[in-house]
Amino acid sequence: MNTGYRKKNKHYDVIVVGAGHAGCEAALASARLGLKTLILTINLDKIALMPCNPSIGGVGKTQLVLELDAAGGQMAKTADETAIQMRILNRSRGPAVQALRAQIDKKEYEIEMKKILENTNNLVLVQGTVDNIIVENNRAAGVTIESGPAFYSDSIIVTSGTFLQGRIIIGKKDYAAGRMGEYPSMKLTNSLKSLGFEMDRFQTATPPRLDKRTIDFSGLQIQAGEDIPVSFSSWNKEKIFENIPSFLTYTNEETHDFIRKNIEFSPIKSGMVNTHGPRHCPSIDRKVINYENKKRHPVFIEPEGKYSNEAYLQGLTTSMPANIQQLMINTVPGLEKARIVRPGYAVEYDYLLPGQLKHTLESKKVKNLFFAGQIIGTSGYEEAAALGFVAGINASLNILQKPPFILKRNECYIGVLIDDIITKELYEPYRIYTSRSEYRLILRPDNADIRLCKKGYEAGLIKDIQYKKVLEKINNINLCIKFLTLYKINPTVKNNILLKEIGTSAVNSTTSMYSLLKRPEINIMDLVKIFAQAEKFNDKIFKQAEINIKYKGYIERELSEARKLANIDNYYINNEIDYFKINGLTHEAKEKLTKTKPETLGQASRVAGVSPSDISILMIYLKQYEK
Amino acid sequence: MIVKKTAKDTIAALATRAGESAICIIRLSGSASVKIADRIYKAKNGRPVKQMQTFSASYGFIIDKKKETLDQVILTLMKAPKSYTREDIVEINCHGGIFAANKILELCIDNGARLAEPGEFTKRAFLNGRIDLSQAEAVIEIINAKTEESMKIAAKNINGKTGEKIKNLKSSVLDVLVELEASIDFIEEDLEITPYEKIRKKIEDISGEIKTLIEDEKRGEIIKNGLKIVIAGKPNVGKSSLLNALAKKEKAIVTHIPGTTRDAIEEILYIDGIPVILTDTAGIRKSRNIIEKIGVGKSIRHIEESDLVIMVIDCTGTIDKTDLEIYKKIKDKNNILCINKTDLGCIIKKSDINKFASAKNIIKISAKHGKGIGRLEECIKNSVFDGKEFNIEDRIFINNRQKNILKNVLTLLKSANDAMKINMSEEFPVSDLKIANNLLGEITGQIIADEVLDKIFSKFCIGK
Repeated sequence: MNTGYRKKNKHYDVIVVGAGHAGCEAALASARLGLKTLILTINLDKIALMPCNPSIGGVGKTQLVLELDAAGGQMAKTADETAIQMRILNRSRGPAVQALRAQIDKKEYEIEMKKILENTNNLVLVQGTVDNIIVENNRAAGVTIESGPAFYSDSIIVTSGTFLQGRIIIGKKDYAAGRMGEYPSMKLTNSLKSLGFEMDRFQTATPPRLDKRTIDFSGLQIQAGEDIPVSFSSWNKEKIFENIPSFLTYTNEETHDFIRKNIEFSPIKSGMVNTHGPRHCPSIDRKVINYENKKRHPVFIEPEGKYSNEAYLQGLTTSMPANIQQLMINTVPGLEKARIVRPGYAVEYDYLLPGQLKHTLESKKVKNLFFAGQIIGTSGYEEAAALGFVAGINASLNILQKPPFILKRNECYIGVLIDDIITKELYEPYRIYTSRSEYRLILRPDNADIRLCKKGYEAGLIKDIQYKKVLEKINNINLCIKFLTLYKINPTVKNNILLKEIGTSAVNSTTSMYSLLKRPEINIMDLVKIFAQAEKFNDKIFKQAEINIKYKGYIERELSEARKLANIDNYYINNEIDYFKINGLTHEAKEKLTKTKPETLGQASRVAGVSPSDISILMIYLKQYEK
Repeated sequence: MIVKKTAKDTIAALATRAGESAICIIRLSGSASVKIADRIYKAKNGRPVKQMQTFSASYGFIIDKKKETLDQVILTLMKAPKSYTREDIVEINCHGGIFAANKILELCIDNGARLAEPGEFTKRAFLNGRIDLSQAEAVIEIINAKTEESMKIAAKNINGKTGEKIKNLKSSVLDVLVELEASIDFIEEDLEITPYEKIRKKIEDISGEIKTLIEDEKRGEIIKNGLKIVIAGKPNVGKSSLLNALAKKEKAIVTHIPGTTRDAIEEILYIDGIPVILTDTAGIRKSRNIIEKIGVGKSIRHIEESDLVIMVIDCTGTIDKTDLEIYKKIKDKNNILCINKTDLGCIIKKSDINKFASAKNIIKISAKHGKGIGRLEECIKNSVFDGKEFNIEDRIFINNRQKNILKNVLTLLKSANDAMKINMSEEFPVSDLKIANNLLGEITGQIIADEVLDKIFSKFCIGK
């Protein structure tokens, strides 16, 4: 390449390919870290598009959004900016699994995010379809776009979503497209393959959208949001959100009969799609076939935006022919006269097989080449955003020659997400669940800031003032716990009457508030109201103290497990290691480890097919290798 | 994920093959070795292990939870770093045979040690730099060999009924786990959620089955290690004669002077192929003789540790206070009442025999003439195996490691059940059940990534 030209023109520190949720976070992170960043997208009108459900958050995903926010990401803030309904999920359960789910005004989200990108220093937006990655000396050097020009940079982050050789399937028709109505990226895959990357195909699908005015809401169950102040971002003040409701209806036997009669048009039977799709989003066709005895399936009608008449049909994903879809939805109560404005469809795309990335999301093969989002096998806006953020920071830190930004699975869900998708064999697009974490009770939404703020601060994305705020919070929690330990309640008649009033039994001897809080029926706010000056700490601090006291046994058990994991996760494995030369490993372990090339002993222990005794042997071998 | 075992735990294991030598060694290694040793060991000279010099030995006693002496032992201490593992090592030399050694090992574990993995002492020795590089390969082979050995044992178990049972238990725990887990991550789905009462019932059923398995293990131990029978009764009722009759040879000193058998006499014999360790105790009675008192104290302990007690009374006299006192001590044990000396003429009253109302079996014998001994043998067999045929081939018993795991599983199940009892939400019982599921997976060797999620997807209609 012409290096003279390169130095003069169009040289960036970081190039981000794609401007979806992964691309936006990646570009913002690197630009905010002061690096000259270029974001390339096929269509500048489709930035931060939400092509499927109009919502952000949910169980597990909430943790991702909050962790991202705590470390300096964008999604939570923009979600707060554009939400038109907020719901608290798992409210009756413990703090670890509570979650927020926002209905988002899609269009507004795009506009807001584009505004932020356009107004971020160091960030340049250009429309163009990348068809080739330029690599020099085994290091990412630039990209070319289909219309001709090349752009050069020190680092590249590929966040191509479903666009690589994207193929849309609807009924028995299929055609090349990244999303409905959008051009695919047909050439980039070959460029990646020629660099030695191994790719496979995944599939995902979306339900039809209806014209809201043609729906009869009168008999449907209304699903409204909260009327109390909430927020995703811990830096934002909590507020009461607009409350545009969703509605709930159900399919019925008529729907199911209709689907069964027309099943030959479904990809299940037609063979139009042979790749794996996400199990958490099965098509209605599949649900009807697999759960023959289920008389009805729920269908949530969700608003796509404040000013849009489009409604999203959560639960009715299908890629049957458009006319069949129309007849099918008309069997559902409330939708008898509804009109489809966009049919549902399936899209099939290339993704990178696991084992080719490090925990920083840099590729093992090509230096300074990073990947994030659906291209590495995930599903979901929140997952994509979290990955984009981590890739963006690491691409930057690499250039700044600073230590990498690695989030571990005992620290946060983002760590679980990354470790899983680079280690496990993926059989479907990966979605986060709280059950994926071994440390659910310590990786809570309420302590996301405490867990991740320091990391974000060290990386340079959290300001001094923000960090100080979190340090102060930690300090106050400790003071509060101390206060609760020292505050004693005497067994007087008066006190025992007060205790009875808040629904608990009397005390026989002088008892600290701390020990009283161990009683499951006691709520700290009640206790504080009757015994202490409530203004001493704010509610949030009291609640944190309560969680720490009430669930101490559980929390300590998980903390000790998390520390144990840290022991073997800090044991790094040299990349050059030849597993076939290690005497004593089982053949399966040799093969799997060679394929995955784990970075740490901890990661090795999570590779399917590697047993604890393989790990013992590996540990001994590494010790020997060390010397 | 597997419950992680770290290099920082203190580990314990039998360092000698159990049951084959006159002396057994229990080895502890790790930072808590000394602390654990001091909890279970009292030196004769009163000096705690903590104050011992490295490479020195101490003579004393292992004291169990009930503050009773379990065994006389020699304890040696090798302080870090000059030890095999470069950690603090305590070795307890106890009497040979499986009972004492296993009991001491269990005590160590109850006091905070973890049962060592195969080859783990050697592994630590290597990791801590005790063994040089040239020995690395050998270490690997040791681990391999031991792993293979234990895998063979495990494989054998998996094929047996016990293995099948543990697999079923694991799948029951997984079912419960899936029920609870599904309701957390899939709150918005239209799932049929099983109420807590039903889940708790299931957990109690699983716990019951585990308890049975542990019980079975006791029976297995009996077959492997011998049925411990104690002959009890006041002096001169013919206990030693009975021992001789069962052993069919003279061993105990049979005399007519009360109190001849001051210490316990053991005899090993076989009844229908089942090894029996028969202990004739000193006649229990109130005695001023100090030596005899010690014997009597031991008798009581022998009774507590036995699988079965044969109480002997004399039919040529009347039942007195001492008989009834002895009976009081054994009536909660598995027992057989032998009315002896029938050859001398029975004058005992029926009303007297009725005082032993809860005696499980009553047999009239003449130990001296060997009368009724056949019936007694039959009765011994039945009392242990509930009259069922007990086929060794049919059952492969859980080993010590598995028993320990099962005990931990029981504790976790209880904790999950308790959490549900006070209506804590699903994630809390799940945190116990996940560990329980992984522990059972360690026995069966089925550690499957994502098995909970997979099962949720196969069981429920997900995708709202």
